Amino acid sequence: MATLLKAVDAVVIGVGWTGSILARELTKAGLNVVGLERGAKRSPREDFTLPSVRDELKYANRHELFQDAQMETVSLRHSPAETALPIRRFGSFLPGNNLGGAGSHWNGNTWRLLPYDHKPRSGITERYGRNAIPDEMTIADYPVSYDELEPYYDKFEKLCGISGKAGNLRGQKIEGGNVFEGPRQNEYPNKPLVQPMAGALMEAACKSLGYHPFPAPAANMSEVYTNPEGLTLGACEYCGHCERFGCEANAKASPNVCLLPVLLADPKFELRDHAYVKDLVYDKAARKVKAVRYVDTRSGEEYEQPAGLVILGAYVFNNVLLMLISGIGAPYDYKTGKGVVGKNYCYQVTGTNVQVFFEDKVINPFMAAGAHGTVIDDFNGDNFDHAGLGFFGGAYVQASVTNGRPIGTRPVPPGTPRWGRDWKRATAKWYNRAFGINASGCSYAHRENFLDLDPTYKDALGRPLIRLSYNFHDNDYKLAEYMAGVIGKIARAMNPTVMGQPAARRGNYNVVPYQSTHNTGGTMMGADPAASVVNRYLQSWDADNLFVMGASVFPQNQSYNPTGVVGALAYWSANAITTQYLKRPGPLI
Amino acid sequence: MSDKANDNEIPRRSFLMGAGTAVAASLTPPANAQTPATAATAAAEPEALLTLTPTEHAFVVAAADTLIPADEHSPSGSDCGVAVFIDRQLAGAYGSGARLYREGPFQKGKPELGYQLPLNPREFFRAGIAAANAWTRKTYGKDFDRLAAPEREAALTAMEAGKAEFAGPGSAMFFDALLQITMEGFFADPIYGGNRDKAAWRMVGYPGLPATYRDEIKTYFGKTYDKPPRSIADFS
Repeated sequence: MATLLKAVDAVVIGVGWTGSILARELTKAGLNVVGLERGAKRSPREDFTLPSVRDELKYANRHELFQDAQMETVSLRHSPAETALPIRRFGSFLPGNNLGGAGSHWNGNTWRLLPYDHKPRSGITERYGRNAIPDEMTIADYPVSYDELEPYYDKFEKLCGISGKAGNLRGQKIEGGNVFEGPRQNEYPNKPLVQPMAGALMEAACKSLGYHPFPAPAANMSEVYTNPEGLTLGACEYCGHCERFGCEANAKASPNVCLLPVLLADPKFELRDHAYVKDLVYDKAARKVKAVRYVDTRSGEEYEQPAGLVILGAYVFNNVLLMLISGIGAPYDYKTGKGVVGKNYCYQVTGTNVQVFFEDKVINPFMAAGAHGTVIDDFNGDNFDHAGLGFFGGAYVQASVTNGRPIGTRPVPPGTPRWGRDWKRATAKWYNRAFGINASGCSYAHRENFLDLDPTYKDALGRPLIRLSYNFHDNDYKLAEYMAGVIGKIARAMNPTVMGQPAARRGNYNVVPYQSTHNTGGTMMGADPAASVVNRYLQSWDADNLFVMGASVFPQNQSYNPTGVVGALAYWSANAITTQYLKRPGPLI
Repeated sequence: MSDKANDNEIPRRSFLMGAGTAVAASLTPPANAQTPATAATAAAEPEALLTLTPTEHAFVVAAADTLIPADEHSPSGSDCGVAVFIDRQLAGAYGSGARLYREGPFQKGKPELGYQLPLNPREFFRAGIAAANAWTRKTYGKDFDRLAAPEREAALTAMEAGKAEFAGPGSAMFFDALLQITMEGFFADPIYGGNRDKAAWRMVGYPGLPATYRDEIKTYFGKTYDKPPRSIADFS
């Protein structure tokens, strides 16, 4: 029996990026906020220190900072006709754990969506005709436009101190920035990172082809930066240990560095770590979540925490799981297309890449930052004509050298054996003379890609696992083939000594090799309650006091890494809560 | 019992006892040999086993030395401590199945659905090594570690291609796991027992720690960063 606790103004479930942002904005508005974090309290000063923070085996291979699959995993089937099996060891994606969540061990790629990405269904219909979008492609417009979200993109970029270069300042296009981006009111808060050899080669090759290269927007600090919260981030050391690692220099934006020091010092905020949220107590008639039930993993005791306002800020899979097992919203049925919870689960079409080898160039891959890329957006979104191509959406294409950690990064020319004398010779010769060009493709929703509850497998709390029904489909394969052509062209323009075969994403989705932790959808936002889980302010259509954060609200996944959009939407939602909802609690629409 | 079987029953313990000294004497200096004496001293330490049996250890040493043969670039895999690394990894949390979801039912699935066996890594390698030795006994008349170098290479090539008939997990799956843990041992920080004298880092030119390159990313643009590597222990 759960111990009933005294009610609080607001509960935040999960203290990562969105939980920290909402807790900060709500305490500023005068609310008492409890943050429930299933993991341990983690602080950079204790947990991310030299020399142990540079341990590739521990962090990159043994997954020290990630969700423990023994506690909770998900299952996968490639189509609804198959039986799902559990992902027993995380591989293709690595959900975060502990205070700060994945925000403490990400690479730092921080994007705004293209204006087109906010309304792909309307955009495609307008340009390519009413029947252009196939029936099974269930993409939808965001119910918030680029212009509406612009101030909140800006706010998140300033919180993080993003290093980058504007390509469209109040409508004026600027060469050297991303000329395809929507108009921004302000330049990036920090100048671009130092360009490494791979970036210089990428820039020259792209320019020779008439493309528009620019530095990737990075949450790695090019210079020391003090954010509007008064917190100071250090300058990036280019150590090559970003993704999967914490930063000992506090030079990578994270909740732990950008917000939590202020929040943890605020008497209006109470962090409860080791608080594993089990389910929500939902009153359907009252359209309210009355309380949140959690297990204290240090004692095994169960608690029920009543709250006036509930912010669901867990990872995509946990957001969907908590909605489904708490009975909030209609579960999606792929056969009828009705229902919404679990709908439009999307991923990222990665794996399209080519490696280039230069006998006369030194790359120094170990001198790198997490979001250290030179990018083109010429083939992203609807920046190019899709007539006759057979797919929609696109990819950002980049040369990104993020590390030279040798267990994982040892490029050798095609045809080299994986072991033995020839492998050694090639590895010794090429380790410092190669890099890759890759395409990060969008993942457009498909009717048969969705999340629901697994009928067989359970997690450590006895709840069903989230079941992924997911595979790549025609749009993904055609997009990948097209992008393989693009990266091949760029690679040839670099005139490398040896060039790999440009590889496109082919075959079934595979959970083993790492691809990206850009899982999206399942609690999609929308303008229609029958076709979405949350409204434009991320408020549940079925529970007025429940707001759902994170990439689970994306109607589909764009080619960009999601964190910039997640942060902007969190600030956008927080603004609606503090300026509208708190004055008149009830449906905002 | 056949002669072949008898051959396999010669106790390996005596062979192991002398291994350290023999290794030290025949150690090939690393390509970038600033401290060959250190490497030799490290290799001469007795290799006390935490979990591998003598037979398994002999297999792992032979496999590591075939996957990473000694040459002008580095000493052999086992001389770099790869067998020690594998023994320690399999004896510890990883070997016992940390972060591995082990709830049933267990069903065979498509390879794209990943590992689906009830075995933890320790049990998996135990079964895999037994299957590999059974296959080499059938094919070559000897356990893997007693084969000559060309036969070892041929045996691993067959396993890699999935052409070696294994009871239980396929030979390609076993080979992939063996190759992965071998490379982890070779390239990981030396605190885990492999990569002795940072031989693997010297081989490729990876400088290790502290990896603070705020100025160097500019001053070494296009230039080889030629400082000798340092590891976690060097800063502890």
